Amino acid sequence: MNTKSLKGLAIPLVSVLAGFIVGAILMLIFGYDPIQNYQNLLVGSLGGVYSIGETLRNMISLILTALGFAVASKAGFFNIGGPGQYLIGWFGAIVFTLKFSHLPAIILIIGALLCGALAGGLWSMIAGILRAYFGTSEVITTIMLNYIILYIVNFAVKGWLASKGSDSSPNITSKANLNTPFLQHITDNSTFNWGFFIALAVVALVWFYFNKTKSGFEIQAVGLNESASQYAGVNVKRTIIIAMLISGLLAGLGGAIDGLGNFENISVSNNLPNVGFNGMAVALLAAENPIGIVFAALLFSALQIGGLSISVYSNTPSEIVDIVIASIIFFVGIKYAFELMAKKGWFNRKNKVEKGGAEK
Amino acid sequence: MSLTTILMTVFSTTFVYAAPLIFTALGGTFSERSGVVNVGLEGMMIIGAFGSTVFNLTFASTFGSLTPWISLFIGALFGLIFSVLHAVATVTFRADHIISGTVLNLMAPALAVFLTRVIYEGKGQTPVINQSMGDFTFPILSKIPFIGKVLFTNTSLVAFIAIIVGILCWYFFFRTSIGLRMRSVGENPAAADTLGINVVKYKYMGVLISGFFGGIGGAVMAQSITLNFSASTISGQGFMSLAAMIFGKWNPLGATGAALFFGLAQSLPIIGAYIPVLSHVNSVWFQIAPYAITIIVLVIFLGKAVAPAADGQNYIKGK
Repeated sequence: MNTKSLKGLAIPLVSVLAGFIVGAILMLIFGYDPIQNYQNLLVGSLGGVYSIGETLRNMISLILTALGFAVASKAGFFNIGGPGQYLIGWFGAIVFTLKFSHLPAIILIIGALLCGALAGGLWSMIAGILRAYFGTSEVITTIMLNYIILYIVNFAVKGWLASKGSDSSPNITSKANLNTPFLQHITDNSTFNWGFFIALAVVALVWFYFNKTKSGFEIQAVGLNESASQYAGVNVKRTIIIAMLISGLLAGLGGAIDGLGNFENISVSNNLPNVGFNGMAVALLAAENPIGIVFAALLFSALQIGGLSISVYSNTPSEIVDIVIASIIFFVGIKYAFELMAKKGWFNRKNKVEKGGAEK
Repeated sequence: MSLTTILMTVFSTTFVYAAPLIFTALGGTFSERSGVVNVGLEGMMIIGAFGSTVFNLTFASTFGSLTPWISLFIGALFGLIFSVLHAVATVTFRADHIISGTVLNLMAPALAVFLTRVIYEGKGQTPVINQSMGDFTFPILSKIPFIGKVLFTNTSLVAFIAIIVGILCWYFFFRTSIGLRMRSVGENPAAADTLGINVVKYKYMGVLISGFFGGIGGAVMAQSITLNFSASTISGQGFMSLAAMIFGKWNPLGATGAALFFGLAQSLPIIGAYIPVLSHVNSVWFQIAPYAITIIVLVIFLGKAVAPAADGQNYIKGK
C-alpha cells in the first residue's frame, strides 16, 4: 500500500475508533458492559457461517445505495433521495416479478432487476433534470421525492398489489428468489444471496466508469468546477442528468436485489427505508471511493447485524449500534477538528500517518 | 353536518397539524438566516418529542394540567442542547452542513429510542401521556357569531401561539438590530465581520434557536397528536417543515403561512371523509401534496436565488 492511500485512511480510521469510544462511554454511563457487548457484536456478525451470510447479505444494499450516493456526489450533488430510489426499485422489481411470473427464471430475474434499477434511475433523474434546467436544489427535491414515492408506493401496494384488507403484496414465485437452496445450504440457511456478487461486480463497474471512461471523467470534472468543464466543452446539463440517473439506478438496483433476495414481497410502510440513509453514511465514511465503500459497508453491516445479537444476549438496547454509526459520520464530518489537533502536534508522538492524513 | 361544523373541523384539525410545523419551520429560518443549512430539523423534533414526553410522564402528577405546557419548554431545551452538535460541527469545525444535518437525523432516533429503552424497561415506546393538550375554546372570541364558532371553538391554542410567535420572529428579523445582524451573517459574513459583528456568535445563536424551536415542534407533536414517544412519532414532519421554510422564502411569516397550508394538506385525509366533494378523492393526493407543491413552487417561482447568499458556506476568517 502506498503512502497516499495510507494518508486517506487516517481520518476514517480515527473516526471509527472515536465512534466506538462514544458508544462505549454511553454504555458505561447507563451501566452496560461495553467489552461484553462489542464482543457479542463481533460474534453476532462474523462468528459463524450463518452470521457471516447475514452480514454479507446486509452489505448488498448498503454498497449499492452508497455507490449511488457517491456517483452523484462526485458530480457535486447531494442525492438524499437514496431511500426513495431504493424503495421504488424494490417496488418495481416486485411488480415485474408478480406480473410476469410465467417467464423463465433467468429472464424474470434480469427483467425484475432492470425494472427496479430503471425505476430508481428515472425517479432520481427528475431531480437531475430540475437541477440542470431550473437550478433547483437537488437536496430539497430529493427529500421531497422521497416522501412522494413513499406515499405512492404505499398507495399502490395497498390498492393494487395486496389482496383486500392486507398490507402486503403476495410473495414472489420461488424461481425468482436470489436466495437459492444451494446458498442456503452452504450458509446455514442465512439470507445470503446472489445479489452480493452482483453488488461486487457493480463496484468494479463503477470504479472502471470513474477511472477509465469519458463520461465518468466528465462527471468528476463537473463536480470539481462546473464552469471550467463547460468551457472545456463538457455538456454540463447532460452530465448532471446522467449523474443523477446513474445514482438512482444504483440505489434502485439495491432495492430490487433486496426485494428479490431478502423480502420476497413489499408491504405498506410508515417510514422511509433506513438503508438509504445508512448508504449515505457508508459513502461518507469511504470518502466516496468505490473500493472503500466495500469495506465501510462491511463495517456498518457487521454493526447492524451484530447489533441484533447485542439485545439478545444482554439487555443493552440494540440502538447503540446506530449511535456508533452516527458518531462515526459525525467525526468524519468534523475532520477539521483532527486537522487542528494535528497542527497543534497532538499526534506527533505517535506517528506521522495521522498528521499526513489531516493535511490531505 | 352543517357548514359551520365542517368549517370548524377543517380549521381545528388544520391548526392541530400545523402547530408543530410552524414552530419547526420558524426554527429553520433562524438557522438558515444565519447561514447554516439545517436538514437536521427532523432530528431536533425527535429529541424534543422524546424529552417532552418523558417529562410529561414523570411530572404529570406534580404539575397537573400545566404539564404539557412545561413539557413544551423541556422539549425546547432538549432540542437546543441537541443542536449544539450541529453548531459545533458546522461553525467551529467547518463540517459540511448537509453531512452534519444528516448526522443529527441518524443520531436522534437512535439516541432517543436507546434512552426510551433504558428508562422504560426495554420497551421501544413510552406509555401514553395522561396530560395532553386538549381542545381550547377562547372565552370571549368564541361568542362572535359564525367566526367564533369556526375559528375559536374547540381549537388548538398552541397553534394560535405558534402564529403569534411567527409574527414576533418576523419582527425580530426585520425590525430589530440583532435580527438585521443575524441576517447579515447569513448573507455576507465577511462584510458583517468587518463591521465588528461576531459571526461565530450569531451563527451559534441561529442554530441553537433553531434547535429550541425544533424541540418545541417535536414536543407539540407528541403532546397533542401522538401522545407518546416512539421511533415513528416524528415521521417526516421535520422535512415538511424544511419544505415550509423554503416555500415561505426563508421568511418567518411565509414559513408560518406555508406551515398552515401544509397542516391543511395533512388534515385533509382525515376530514376529507366528511366533506362531500373531497370524500371521493383518494387520500394519497393529500399526502403527497405538500411535497409536490414545494417542488413545483421551487421550480416555477424560486430557482435558487432566494436563500440567504452565504447559506451553507463555512465562514473562514481571513479568507
